[in-house]
Amino acid sequence: MMKLRRSKTPKAGASHKKWTIGFSIAALSIWIFYTYIMYNLPDGPQTIFQNWLPPTTVNEAMVWVICALGLNIVVGYAGLLDLGFVAFWAIGGYSAGWFMSAFFRQVNIHIFSPSDAADQPGIHLTFWAVLGVGGIICAIFGIIIGAPTLRLKSDYLALVTLGFGEIIPQVFTNGENIAGFNLSNGTKGISPIDNVAVPGKILGPFDFSWKFAIFVFLTAIMVFVSLRLRKGRLGRAWLAIREDELAASMMGVPLMSTKLAAYAVGAFSGGVGGVAFATHVNGIFADRFNFSISIILLAMVVLGGMGNVWGVMVGALLIAWINSTGLPAFGDLVNNTFNTSINFPSYNFLLFGGVLILMMLYKREGMIPESRLKAILHESDDETSNLGGSH
Amino acid sequence: MNLQVLSSQFWSLCLQGVALGFIYVLISLGYTMVYGVLRLINFANSEVFMVGTFATVVAQVGILQNQTNSQPLHGFRLLYTLAFSLGFSMLICGVLGVLVELVAYRRLRALGTNRLASLISAIAVSIVLLETTRIVTFSRPQTSPRLLDKWSFGEIAGANFRIDTVAVIVSGIVIFFALDRFVTKSRLGKAIRAVSMSEENSKLMGVNLNRVVSLTFFIGGLTTGAAAFFYTTVYETTQFNVGFNLGLAAFTAAVLGGIGNLRGAFYGGLFLGVLEQFASAILGSQWKSVTVFLVLVLVLLLKPNGIFGEAVQQTRT
Repeated sequence: MMKLRRSKTPKAGASHKKWTIGFSIAALSIWIFYTYIMYNLPDGPQTIFQNWLPPTTVNEAMVWVICALGLNIVVGYAGLLDLGFVAFWAIGGYSAGWFMSAFFRQVNIHIFSPSDAADQPGIHLTFWAVLGVGGIICAIFGIIIGAPTLRLKSDYLALVTLGFGEIIPQVFTNGENIAGFNLSNGTKGISPIDNVAVPGKILGPFDFSWKFAIFVFLTAIMVFVSLRLRKGRLGRAWLAIREDELAASMMGVPLMSTKLAAYAVGAFSGGVGGVAFATHVNGIFADRFNFSISIILLAMVVLGGMGNVWGVMVGALLIAWINSTGLPAFGDLVNNTFNTSINFPSYNFLLFGGVLILMMLYKREGMIPESRLKAILHESDDETSNLGGSH
Repeated sequence: MNLQVLSSQFWSLCLQGVALGFIYVLISLGYTMVYGVLRLINFANSEVFMVGTFATVVAQVGILQNQTNSQPLHGFRLLYTLAFSLGFSMLICGVLGVLVELVAYRRLRALGTNRLASLISAIAVSIVLLETTRIVTFSRPQTSPRLLDKWSFGEIAGANFRIDTVAVIVSGIVIFFALDRFVTKSRLGKAIRAVSMSEENSKLMGVNLNRVVSLTFFIGGLTTGAAAFFYTTVYETTQFNVGFNLGLAAFTAAVLGGIGNLRGAFYGGLFLGVLEQFASAILGSQWKSVTVFLVLVLVLLLKPNGIFGEAVQQTRT
C-alpha cells in the first residue's frame, strides 16, 4: 500500500528556520577552518588536508551542488530524465566567458565591472549580473529544447537531452568560425575572465575562502528556492506529474507549462553553476564539457535521493569529492602502499555507472530517500493500490 | 559553406549516403524492435554497436591471426574471414543485447517500477559498457586490417561503385527483408508482434513474455552487430566513443520513420544517411552530428509519430 503523507504544513515554518541555522553553522565552520585554521596547522595534518580535502575541491564541490540541485528539480521533482545537463553548465560558463572577459574585443561595455577590468576592451558585467544573464540564457535554451520534447513520452526527452548535451559542447568546440564569427574561441577557450568584486575587495583566482563564501551563498539560495518551490503550487504540480501524469492532468495541472517550468528552473540553476564554475577555474574550455558531467550529476541526484534536497546535497558533495580528490588520493595511497601503478582516477565513470545500476536495481530511492518517492518507486504494477493507498 | 559539391558530387554523395544509411538502418532496428515490444528506448544499443566494431577487429586480428597491415585476402580465405567476423560480431552483439536486458530491464520490469528507473539503469549499463571498453582499449583508436581489396565495379555519373559500398547495400537489403519476413511470417515473429500490440493479451494467449523480450533484444543485437561489421569494413577504424554519434543518428532514423516500425526504420535510415553525407560535404564534417540532432528535434516538433507512424500500424513489430 502506498503511504502518501500529507505535507506537514504547521511545522513548515519551524523546519524552515532549522535548516537555515544548521546550514549557516556548517558553512561558517568550513569557512573559518579554511581561512584561519588550516594554514596554521602543523605540517602533518596540513598535508593530509591538502591531499584529501584541499580548498579548491571544496569550492568545486559547491558548484556541483548548485548544478545537482538544479537537476534535482528536473529529475527528482518533475520526474523528467535530463541526460544533457552539461549543456546548461557549458552555456552558463560561456556566458561568463562572453560577458566577463576581454573576449569580444570589438565592443567596449562596462557595467559595474571590477575596477581592474576598467581599461580592458570587451564586455565586462559584474559577476552578479552575469549569474542572472547566464541563468536566463540557459532557461531560454531549456525551453527551446523542452518545448518539442516535453509533450512526448519521457524517453524522448532523455534522448533529446542526451543529444543536446553532446551537441552544445561540439558547437562550442567548432565555434571558432561560424560564418566568420568567433563564438567560443574553439578549443583554446576563453581565459582569463574577470575577477569577482565584492564590496571593498577584488577576488583573485586563488581567493578560495571568499569564493567559497560566494558559492555557499548561491547554494543557500538554491536550497531555499528548491524547498520553497516544492511546498508551493508549482512544486506540488511537479510531484503530481512525477507520480501520475494522467491523473495530474485530470486534476487540472497544465502538463506542458508545468514541465517547461521545471525544465527552465533546472536550466537556470545549471547556468548559475556554469558561471560559478567559470570563475572557479578562471576560464572556460570546451573540452571540459562532456557527457560524463551529465552522468556525474545524475549519479549525485540518484545516489543522494531523488527529490530530497538534503540527500542530493550529500550525494553531490560525496561524488564531487570522490571525483576530484577522493579517488586520486585513494589511488595514490594504494599505489604507494602496495607498490602498484593502477590509474585509479580513470575508473571514476565506471564506478559511477556501476553505482547508478546498483542504485536502480536495489535502492531506487537513494541514500536519503524522500518519503513520497520511496512509496512511488516501490509501488507495484497494481493500479488499485494506487487508489486505496493514500490515507 | 560549399554548395559546389551539390553539382559536382551529387550522385557520389547519394551513393555514399545510401551505404551509410544501410548501416543506420541496421542499428536503428535494434532501437525500433525493442521499442516496439517494451515501449522503452534501448539506450545501450549504441554501445552494443561499439562493442560489435571491436568484436569484428578481434575476430579478424585476434582469432584469425590477420596482421593489421596485412595484404588483402582473396578467394575462399577472404570469404570465410568476412563471414566469420560478421557472424562473430553479430553473435557477440546479440548475446550482449540479451545481457543488457537481463541487467537493466528485467528486474525493474518484474517490480513494475516507473519508467524513470528503467531509463536510468539502461543509460548506466551503456556507461559501464563504454567505460569498460575505454579502459580495456586504453582509449586508443583501433585499426582493422584491410582484408577486402577495395576494387571498383565502375563509375556511373561520378558515383564510384566500390565493392564495400555495394556489399553494404546488398547485405543491408538482404538482412532487412529477412528480418521483415521473420517478424511477419514466423511463429516467434508473430509472438513479438503480439506482445507489441498488447502485452496483457499476449500473456493471456500463452506467449512467454520474458522469452519474447529476450528474443527481441537478441535480434536487435544481431542487426546491430551486422552494422558494426559493415562499419568496420568500410571505415577500417574504430574507437570506444564511436557508438555515440552513430547511435544518435540511428535513433533519429528510427524516430524519423516512426519508432516501433520496421519499414519506418528502413526509409528513415536511408534518408538520414544521404542527408548526413550532404550536410558534411556542404557544412564540413564537424557539423554532421549537429545536423542529425537538428533533424531529430525537428521531427519531434513537427511529426513525432514519424513518417510511417500511424499509417502502417499493423506492421508494427
